[in-house]
Amino acid sequence: MTYPENYRYTKEHEWIALEGDVGTIGITDFAQRELGDIILVDLPKAGAHLDEHQTMGTVESVKAVSEIYSPITGDVIEVNDSLASAPEKVNQDPHGAAWFVKVKVSNPAAADALMTADQYADYIQQKAGS
Amino acid sequence: MKPEMKLIFEKSREGRTGYQVPDTGVESVDPRAHLGRWFREDIAGFPELSEPEVVRHFVNLSKLNYSIDEGMYPLGSCTMKYNPKINETTAAMDGFAGVHPYWPERQIQGALRLMRDLEHLLCEITGLAAFSLQPAAGAHGELTGMLMVTAHNKSRGEKRDVVLIPDSAHGTNPSSAHICGLKVQQIASNTRGRLDLESLRAHISPSVAALMITNPNTLGLFEDEIAKIAGMLHEAGAQLYMDGANMNALLGKVRPGDLGVDVLHLNLHKTFSTPHGGGGPGAGPVGAAKHLERFRPVPVIEEHDGQLRFASNRPDSVGKVKGFYGNFGMLVRAYTYILSLGASGLREIAEAAVLNANYVRAKLSDRYHLPYSCLNMHEVILSDKKQMVHGVTTLNIAKRLMDYGFHPPTIYFPLIVSGAMMIEPTESEPLDEIDRFIAAMRAIADEAETNPDIVKNAPHSTTVQKLDEARAARTPILRWKP
Repeated sequence: MTYPENYRYTKEHEWIALEGDVGTIGITDFAQRELGDIILVDLPKAGAHLDEHQTMGTVESVKAVSEIYSPITGDVIEVNDSLASAPEKVNQDPHGAAWFVKVKVSNPAAADALMTADQYADYIQQKAGS
Repeated sequence: MKPEMKLIFEKSREGRTGYQVPDTGVESVDPRAHLGRWFREDIAGFPELSEPEVVRHFVNLSKLNYSIDEGMYPLGSCTMKYNPKINETTAAMDGFAGVHPYWPERQIQGALRLMRDLEHLLCEITGLAAFSLQPAAGAHGELTGMLMVTAHNKSRGEKRDVVLIPDSAHGTNPSSAHICGLKVQQIASNTRGRLDLESLRAHISPSVAALMITNPNTLGLFEDEIAKIAGMLHEAGAQLYMDGANMNALLGKVRPGDLGVDVLHLNLHKTFSTPHGGGGPGAGPVGAAKHLERFRPVPVIEEHDGQLRFASNRPDSVGKVKGFYGNFGMLVRAYTYILSLGASGLREIAEAAVLNANYVRAKLSDRYHLPYSCLNMHEVILSDKKQMVHGVTTLNIAKRLMDYGFHPPTIYFPLIVSGAMMIEPTESEPLDEIDRFIAAMRAIADEAETNPDIVKNAPHSTTVQKLDEARAARTPILRWKP
């Protein structure tokens, strides 16, 4: 799996794609593979305020429940409700159809501090090697 | 022969019964006339079967079970050890099994004496000042302990709402703290698998109520800097909570109270051999240092002129946490266990628990990856790193173990190890059984290389083969409908 060049990535394995001041957030292919079959995605509601590095929801797989951390500060404007009935989408298309939320971002420049696709690929390589 | 898998409701045949009521000569009454609109027209789906059908149904179900009385149950973190039968003998004695909590205290002095003595024994074992036997489970003990910490801070006029929890702690710790209204901050482990002191230092602040540490931790490692950790917390006015679920590794060797622990819970259904899992109920007594003693739940047992009684007039208490006085039957079993082993026996428990787990580690270290390759305590963590090369995962290995006649270990926990297998042989396993387990694990490692499909498609010998766990969790069917 390749990591889209136009996305930015966190150490906790979330991605964010920015278009102007609207950011789309999801979890990475590496994250879904580590988690295994995903059975439940619990997301914030539209209108919720998210803070960078703070918990925004949880993903439950057959192995464990994991927290999702917001890569950025902003307000949720749209939630991918289709994941409620079809959580397996996260396993099938983590970087596309299985986006979690769209956020109106307070400071789009803050995303520059996150990892690029190349940096993230190196990061998970190191993790796999440890 | 493949056992019948029908539900008892599916076996029901209208009009079939297992009993006949003899003719009493009493005139029958029409219930409708007496109950009026409360008379029920339909019985709500009770199955109708004969006595042998009911007996066979449940006996056959029981044969699908696996228990510690059949073989090793190496479920790391859960301490599934053997429950000695003498515990059942004492718990079934009339004076214990026949008493009722509403009886006057003067008629149940023996039961109260047992509770009082058990409190003293647990104080002696842990080095703490006082115990409450009331919490009904480990997590209930955690909640009670954290309520006591909160009450203590409140009594000093301090607002402390942060709890620090290492990433190698038991999963219930953050949950208990959260239910107590406290905010959880996670502390990282260092490369030695112990709490990172620098990370702890960075998180300590006047808002910190306590650190909740599991010792030995879920990597099966002793937190060897715990005295220093206690010092750092106390200096900042915070408490040290210890999750004592793994106390079987420490019995008679180390007393948490001597290390600076302020409050802890024990799991009688782990360390003290009372039944665990479906055989429960559990018991999670909480111990406290002197300065937290007055916050214990009510009632506490007090002694006046040789008479024991329950006292509830304790203004600083966190209040009641359980109906009546805890799961009394479990207290009888734990008390029996402690007395039948004695001090030297308890010490041998810790020695055997640690020796057995290290033996498993040493005998498997050439075939399985060891994320922390050092001496461990009562449990050892392996990972599937070497088997992943052949596409075989921890889940596959766990399922394959069932074909060899073992209950699988805890898997994918602790979370900080990818593909973790958490193995706790416990002190109650004889060497031959541990050797049989090691041979099975080595055979599976061979299969992963030579015939990975047999591992990936396991289990093969169980009544129900490989389950679609994801589908069961995504679209659960929780109710049978005719």
